[in-house]
Amino acid sequence: MRWFDRMRMRARLLQRGRAAAELERELQSHLHDEIDANRAAGMSAEQARIAALRSVGNLALIRDQTHATWSWGSAEAWVRDLRLGMRTLLRAPGFTIIAVLIMGLGIGANVALFTVVRSVLLKPLPFPDSDRLVTLYENETGHRGNPYMPVDAGSFFEWQKAATGVEQMAMVSPFQNYNVSAEGGKLPERIDAGWVSWNFFSTLGVQPALGRGFSASDDRPEASATVILDHRFWKRRYSADPAIVGKTIWLDVQPYTVIGVMPENFQYNGGFGGKTVMAWTPIAHDAPRGLLGAFNDHETIVIARLRKGVSLQALVSQLDPIQKQIKKEHPGPSIHDLVSGHSMLDDEVDHYKTPLYALLAATGCVLLIACMNVSGLLVARASARRKEMAIRAAMGGGRLRLLRERIVESVLISLGGGTVGAMLAAAALLWLRTMRQDINRLENIRFDGVVVLFTLGAVAVCALFSGLLTALSVDDRNLLSVLQEASRSASGGRNRAALRKTLLVVEVCLTVVLLAGAGLLVKSYQRMRTADLGIPVDNTLTMKISLPEASYKKQAQVVAFFELLIARVRSMPGVQAAGLISKVPGQGWGGDRTGSVTEHPPQDGRGYTDMHMRGADPGYFSAAQIPLFEGRVFRPDERLDRGNVAVISRLAAQRAFPGEDPLGKHIQFSDKERYEVVGVVGDTRWNLSQPPYPTMYIPIYGNDYSVATIFVRSPQAESLALPIQQMIAGLDRDLPVADVITLRDTIGKSTIDSQFDSVLVLGFAVIALVLSAAGLYGVLSYLVTQRTGEIGIRMALGAPRTYVLRSMLIDGLRPALFGLILGLGTSLAAGRLIASMLYETKPYDSGILAAVSALLLLVAAGSCLIPAWRASRLSPMSALRIE
Amino acid sequence: MGKPSDLVQGTLDLLILKTLSLEPLHGWAIAKRIQQVSGEVLQVQQGSLYPALHRLEQQGWIRAKWAESETGRQAKFYALTAAGRKQMEAESANWSRLSAAINLIVSEA
Repeated sequence: MRWFDRMRMRARLLQRGRAAAELERELQSHLHDEIDANRAAGMSAEQARIAALRSVGNLALIRDQTHATWSWGSAEAWVRDLRLGMRTLLRAPGFTIIAVLIMGLGIGANVALFTVVRSVLLKPLPFPDSDRLVTLYENETGHRGNPYMPVDAGSFFEWQKAATGVEQMAMVSPFQNYNVSAEGGKLPERIDAGWVSWNFFSTLGVQPALGRGFSASDDRPEASATVILDHRFWKRRYSADPAIVGKTIWLDVQPYTVIGVMPENFQYNGGFGGKTVMAWTPIAHDAPRGLLGAFNDHETIVIARLRKGVSLQALVSQLDPIQKQIKKEHPGPSIHDLVSGHSMLDDEVDHYKTPLYALLAATGCVLLIACMNVSGLLVARASARRKEMAIRAAMGGGRLRLLRERIVESVLISLGGGTVGAMLAAAALLWLRTMRQDINRLENIRFDGVVVLFTLGAVAVCALFSGLLTALSVDDRNLLSVLQEASRSASGGRNRAALRKTLLVVEVCLTVVLLAGAGLLVKSYQRMRTADLGIPVDNTLTMKISLPEASYKKQAQVVAFFELLIARVRSMPGVQAAGLISKVPGQGWGGDRTGSVTEHPPQDGRGYTDMHMRGADPGYFSAAQIPLFEGRVFRPDERLDRGNVAVISRLAAQRAFPGEDPLGKHIQFSDKERYEVVGVVGDTRWNLSQPPYPTMYIPIYGNDYSVATIFVRSPQAESLALPIQQMIAGLDRDLPVADVITLRDTIGKSTIDSQFDSVLVLGFAVIALVLSAAGLYGVLSYLVTQRTGEIGIRMALGAPRTYVLRSMLIDGLRPALFGLILGLGTSLAAGRLIASMLYETKPYDSGILAAVSALLLLVAAGSCLIPAWRASRLSPMSALRIE
Repeated sequence: MGKPSDLVQGTLDLLILKTLSLEPLHGWAIAKRIQQVSGEVLQVQQGSLYPALHRLEQQGWIRAKWAESETGRQAKFYALTAAGRKQMEAESANWSRLSAAINLIVSEA
């Protein structure tokens, strides 16, 4: 029965209008009954009506309170507030658009960054149970810098024997290359390749999409040559031929049988690359003999799948003693004594962690500032509507109702901001994907449920934050004073601005932090841009060739080809100078060796110098314009058997020959490998963002070099790329040319992340600055309006205009100053966090902090000046009359 | 602004239910009846009466019907439902217990 009544009632009440009319009728009938009763008691008609109205009381309130008892009363109130909020916002479209845009900017930046962080840093790798996959490296006691150094195959096999906590352990050498021969009308090309132990794919838990994976029998030196292709390569070069499995392709002019094709979504991408690998071959078959047993040739990266419940630490501490033992048995400068490792996910993305989190923090600051600005705007509007609010409160408007209205307004603005933000984020991500193809896993970015949830969460937080801030600042308990004060005030409403001033302090503080961070990053970027590679970078072109062993069996053949090639290049029109070098400055590590000085007495373990090894032809030094400090460069006849001479860089000379003349002395790597130092040249950098490394050059004509980069200096360098490639094709039609790039572009590539980070943070800082300036301007304008009467009185009493100007300026600048001081303190802490992103820039850079302070004060003064000036221009009479 | 609370909190529902247990009445008559029966002591404010009536109706304890009142006007008459009667009995038992207890303490001195 009760249930039935309720249903009936609800059904009836669903028709709001009817229900309200019914209540109205009921109340009216009550009123008439009351009037009748009063008349019966002997009152006149008028008296009866007034007495009845008085006894009934506030009819509107009764109506409202009765409405509220209906079950959908609260929902109805929300709808009404929503409509009201919508109407208020639409009535001030300028305000609404600005608020929505500010919010949208903040939310959009956060959603975009969150999506990146999630896709790049947080999402698990696309392998089954990927949380159990780890990557192992070697480290050395006392080694500073990257603790994750590649592993020698000898140690790998020892680890594999000893490790009990792993299901499988495999190795991969992802920095290999093959020349793919021209066949079937296709051009020759040079591809990146990886050598893997046969269980590499099964350790990752992936199977080829076509064909089979490697078996232990493929991974033997005497096995027949097999290769597994990457999906992209199979699609591009072999047009996704489903019959490719079993066919033969030619790598380095050797026949390889294709046994499988990896699935489309497969990608191994560790800290040492792998993303660009197009073909995988078994390491025991393809690596040079001796590599698998060597402990001093660090060519591989070890991956392992942990058993359930085994931690990485447990594994590392199990392997550490083994590595110590290896070091004891094979004492040598390039034998490492520590095992290090991290999760495979960290291996892939460690590099981006700090920058991405720093950017996320920056966008968080922007959002916070945006929220504060919007709530600042709302507070200003609320203050303008104080009288209205007071009147409504006086007429029985509940405090909660009025508060709810404030929140509804900020919810609407935040929702609008969220929509705009989502669109901005989508656009930003699209842009990011084309801009930063170098970031691992960026191509996986998706807008998914979690991102949508994050967006909604951001909207909710913004709405609550700005809504509550606004609500807190609207105090309508003292209605009477509001009503009175509003009628005529001299210095009223001052405390109203206190909250906004506090907001401003925080806003300015965050802005200072962003500005200081941006300043550091920009300075670091500029340092990097202007970093001296050691050679002039303009008017250069480099391109790489690699002579396959199969067709260039003898060193003499290689040397003959190199000599012919470089002679042809030099004779081309437009070429000023050209040379051959195994690795061009700025283009990478290029291999290092640890040698000792023959003339020095043997010392145990010390006296060794680690140097980059470079093969160079005699003309390289003048082509690259590396200054010669002492001695001479190579002679043309120092080749093949007579190639045991060396030119060392100044840093190498200082390290290996402190305080002596290196000329005529010898550097040796073993008893057989001994080089006489004939010259000392200038230092170069192998990586723009790293300090120069000691370097040793030996003749590229001989010394087992088969890979070389042609270095060309010419005013029209870029236009030479095609003629040189055509000339090379004329010499050997199977020889691909790779990495054709100018040094200028090389630098651009290596500074892209620095540029990206600094530009983004700078952008955020500028937004923050503009918002803060707007905030300052808003607060001061508001103060001036509030204090018009007071200013009028002061001026009428004789206060000079300069006094008014000054006092208003001080009023506005005080929060800016507090914010600045707070911000400077915070920046000092924040600078330390981004220290790893900085290049030759200290996290505490007084110049930048001073510049930031000056800029901020300038902008603050600028935005305070207009309202302050306006205040000082007030005519006392009109100021007093204005209300 | 709070609701007028001339009546002991929570007793208005009981008074309404008790009043309606004799016969169906409309709002004005309920107020008057309570006033008369209590010897003009209890004044029911309209601001409390109508929200209370609607709340009781919501809970299914009373039922409303439009009918002609004694003055010939259309008025909304409220009547007790079975559930309302049960509720009234429970509440009045509760009230007796409470008021007896209060009486004991108050008349002690």
